[in-house]
Amino acid sequence: MASDRDQLSGVSGSTAAPAPPGSVAVADQASAGGGVKVGIEIHQQLDTRHKLFCGCPTSLTDRDPDYSVVRRLRPTHSEMGQVDRAALFESTRRKRFVYQGHYGSACLVELDEEPPHGLNGEAVSVALTVAAMMNMKPVDEIHVMRKIVIDGSNTTGFQRTAKVALDGWIEVGGKRVTVQSLCLEEDAARKVPGESEDTVVYRLDRLGIPLVEVTTGPDMRSGAEAEEAALAIGRILKATGKVKRGLGAIRQDLNVSVEGGTRIEIKGVQELGMISSAVEYEAMRQRRLLEIRAELQRRGAPDPSGSQLEDLTELLRGTGSKVLRRAIDSGGRVMGVLLRGYGGLLKAELQPGRRFGTELSDRAKARAGVGGIFHTDELPAYGITAEEVSSVRRALGASEPDCAVLVAAPEPACRAALEAVVERASEALKGIPAEVRAANPDGTTRFMRPMPGSARMYPETDVPSIVVSPSRFEEVRRNLPETLESKAERYRKEYGLGRDLSLLIVDSPYAAEFESLVREGGADPSFVAATFEYTFKMLRREGVDVDSFEPSDIKQVLLGASSGNIPKEAVPEIFRWLSANRGKGVEEALRALSIGAVSPEEVRAAVAAVVERNLDLVRREGERAKSRLMGDLMKEYRGKVDGKLLFSLLDEEIRKRAK
Amino acid sequence: MGSSQGPGAGKAGAGQPSPTSPPPPPQPRKPVPGSGSGSESGYRGKVLELIRSKGLRVGDRVLVRDGRIELIGILMPRSELEDDEHIVVKLPDGYNVGVSIGSIDLQRAPDLEPPRPQPEAPLPPPNPALPQVAIISTGGTIASRVDYRTGAVSPALSAADLYQAVPELGELANIRTEILFSILSENMSPKHWSSIAEAVYRQIRAGAQGVVVTHGTDTMGYTAAALSFALRNLPVPVILVGSQRSSDRPSSDAALNLRGAVSAAAHAPFAEVGVLMHATPSDDLLVIHRGTRARKMHTSRRDAFRSVNSRPLAFVRDGKVEVGPAAGTGAEGVSYRPRGAPGELELKPHFEEDVVLIKSFPGMPPDIFDPIIHRGFRGIVLEGTGLGHVPDKVFHQVRRAIDSGLTVVMASQCINGRVNMNVYSTGRELLGMGVIPAGDMLPETALVKLMWVLGQTEDRGKIRELFTANLAGELSERSEYDGGASDGE
Repeated sequence: MASDRDQLSGVSGSTAAPAPPGSVAVADQASAGGGVKVGIEIHQQLDTRHKLFCGCPTSLTDRDPDYSVVRRLRPTHSEMGQVDRAALFESTRRKRFVYQGHYGSACLVELDEEPPHGLNGEAVSVALTVAAMMNMKPVDEIHVMRKIVIDGSNTTGFQRTAKVALDGWIEVGGKRVTVQSLCLEEDAARKVPGESEDTVVYRLDRLGIPLVEVTTGPDMRSGAEAEEAALAIGRILKATGKVKRGLGAIRQDLNVSVEGGTRIEIKGVQELGMISSAVEYEAMRQRRLLEIRAELQRRGAPDPSGSQLEDLTELLRGTGSKVLRRAIDSGGRVMGVLLRGYGGLLKAELQPGRRFGTELSDRAKARAGVGGIFHTDELPAYGITAEEVSSVRRALGASEPDCAVLVAAPEPACRAALEAVVERASEALKGIPAEVRAANPDGTTRFMRPMPGSARMYPETDVPSIVVSPSRFEEVRRNLPETLESKAERYRKEYGLGRDLSLLIVDSPYAAEFESLVREGGADPSFVAATFEYTFKMLRREGVDVDSFEPSDIKQVLLGASSGNIPKEAVPEIFRWLSANRGKGVEEALRALSIGAVSPEEVRAAVAAVVERNLDLVRREGERAKSRLMGDLMKEYRGKVDGKLLFSLLDEEIRKRAK
Repeated sequence: MGSSQGPGAGKAGAGQPSPTSPPPPPQPRKPVPGSGSGSESGYRGKVLELIRSKGLRVGDRVLVRDGRIELIGILMPRSELEDDEHIVVKLPDGYNVGVSIGSIDLQRAPDLEPPRPQPEAPLPPPNPALPQVAIISTGGTIASRVDYRTGAVSPALSAADLYQAVPELGELANIRTEILFSILSENMSPKHWSSIAEAVYRQIRAGAQGVVVTHGTDTMGYTAAALSFALRNLPVPVILVGSQRSSDRPSSDAALNLRGAVSAAAHAPFAEVGVLMHATPSDDLLVIHRGTRARKMHTSRRDAFRSVNSRPLAFVRDGKVEVGPAAGTGAEGVSYRPRGAPGELELKPHFEEDVVLIKSFPGMPPDIFDPIIHRGFRGIVLEGTGLGHVPDKVFHQVRRAIDSGLTVVMASQCINGRVNMNVYSTGRELLGMGVIPAGDMLPETALVKLMWVLGQTEDRGKIRELFTANLAGELSERSEYDGGASDGE
């Protein structure tokens, strides 16, 4: 599903998040056969010329928006007459959505002011290619569906999505991983940071960019296996040459369950490196929730559904707690509910830093927009005294094994929050509720919304279906792109690249440029690959904005260096200069750095002069004098004359004299 | 295929048995609208035969196998415009896919628990403190309902459907609903206008303090003009309302428009026919255009309707109807016929259908008038160029038409501005022939008005007098400067 993804600013920066304490122990426990099952869902943006249902380009823009509109969404009945659980949940929030648009990057289709145009044929072709590479069976006729998503990330209130292929497999580490489904869908609008209580702001440029969604079976048994599968799928997608790169272009969701647990969908796993900890933490959460259920059953705790909500405002009117004070002073209430038999369990840790109480609190926050809840497992604290806790417990009729939950907010929010708390507490008696959860930067997760069902799908009647004839798919199959692995092997054979360099360059954003420079330009393959993969990496570390180089400049430098017109040693310096002097060209760089200013005759004369000066040495040491004289020459000509050229001239000169 | 089920095909081939005529001879079957499961499902030809031969119906759970793939899902309906070589199956994850019937084995699969339709929302008890509003449904996408079994969207509008779709309506008014007909607005005719006018008249007579008419947007402007002429001395507002995004989608403009229309019908201070739609692409401001001045100016935008040569009657913001200065329509706002104005409501629902609208264009062949004159049409609205001109090559035809007893009026295809036939000799010559200028009337309003005028009288003098009089705000003496943009923005 396309919603709730990364924000405009990116939630990245989590790379450096320290490994949470205990993660190693958890991983050990899971790999010790905890019965965890993991499936992954990869969403990859396609680099097509147009969006999926209109003629807009598929690029993002950072300019200030040209216009904005305000919308609201309402849940609707599905094709089967049901209202989707997740949609209903979102609708309880009654949000107002602002959509920012730019001339040139969004049109009336994204604004939901014009019906969609036909399904983008280029995107269908890419999807069929991916399907063939994953040994899948295409559907005979592609039907575009509307998947209800009313968090505002789609102006229509639904995401257009179509199943393109089913039932395939890929090989990962010698093991078959089933690929259940391949869908072609439209990307969602980007969230602009700064959500207020009742308004969410989105930007329309990303809405409608084609995505393929690859869903595997629950075949992985650990986070590490899932990570490996995600990498393998990513490589297949890249091999099409039609996918976008960069932050947010590929996103993965996880489906995790443990034995006796429930399938939980985890969204917002930003990086592959996070998959392992997200899986292990989710397995941990499910196991501990099952332990809590067992404990509740042992205690004979009654189902809290329908528990009386009590207004405790008068009881706490004199409180010194700032949070309660603020709510009471602004006309709000403090209300509470008793969870019989739940005492001590709310402070049970499910994931590092996240307790069962956090689950209740997440629900209350999501449903009622309150700041959080208090419960007697963690009180007295927050300025609430032991006496106040006792009086609250008394007022609610609590006995020893019970837990009281409090919330401070305007009355309707109090009620909604406590109802959400009771609902979640009641679910703990049954097991693990099916939820969509969002990943935190440390790999722990928080509640996002209930798991949506199939009730949220109905046909997109504005878009005609597309027949995939056997001959069309056969055509795709006959023209499959090279996999990255076979391409790397070819590079090793044809171009003599080393193993590491060949694997790096095929997986690189410069893969296409490499191929064209080497194939059409006749450039030196190892040198070009090393420049892209090693030199550029080094320059990037120095802070050079490598991505801003003009492709034509890159080409000129690398072809020049390959033919010997530009000394290879000078290449890093030329790129540094180009980066510091934005807008100037390679010729200017060479002039400014006095590269290539030395004519071949001049060099030859200089080499002859050096040999002449050191004739004694040459006679005495013969060939061995070369290295010393080369050192002298390099002092003067480093970066100005190609070292190889210098060496061969010197060699020639010495031989001449030695005779 | 399905030879063991032979009798099924034979039965279907017989079509509807008729007691008076012998069964038709067996011949290649064509899809017959309204026959059996075919019509509701959209299936036809080969694929319908297959489905019937298996005794299957849309909504059944099926198992599909073709050696390559095996699917279990629910048999869904199919668009009638698509081929007869695929069935549509809804997979357990909700996706529909098309499966070629070429070499499949299709079987009924054991049913799961069937989805239950949602219980209907109970109607709120009447609240005596709220005004009475009647909603007359004529069709369009404003309130539609999805059939849970077939997935077909049907425009139904019982009170229960309405409350289920927009429960807030019950807080705005006591609502009575009437489903008059259910047609696409491009299929409206003057006879439908008459029926709607009669229904509105009945509802007002029965005590409605405001009437809402739901309508497809394509010709809503024409119907609004028709009601403006047919209902004389209105005591309450009559609000036509439509939607540009169908109500089966979360982003539909239908609910907000419907709420605005009910609020306006219940509380607006004017007693005129209005067209209510979004004022902008945003879901915040609604606008009510005067019925004779509203024109659909965009194929798809929510704010497709514009007031032409006039300011809107009112705006609706947060459920409040704003007229005059409060609406930001200028210091004075528009003057309007106030709610409860004196006079007895009169129904004049007759429209002369033999009137045509002809757009002038370069090279217009003069003989296109011949059949119109021969066939005895009674009126022609010319949509002239500029200030009200047609090529001089058609002058003789215009003269012939008028001499044959037709009424010929002139509006402008510029849409904005008024005709003035005294500026150029072309205009003066046409006036001399007896062409009646339509002032600043919309060409479509001029058409509806001429139909109505010809429905009231046959007297040439009376016709001219009625046509040139301002009857429902369709004409004005002054052309207000509207700030530059000529599209009314």
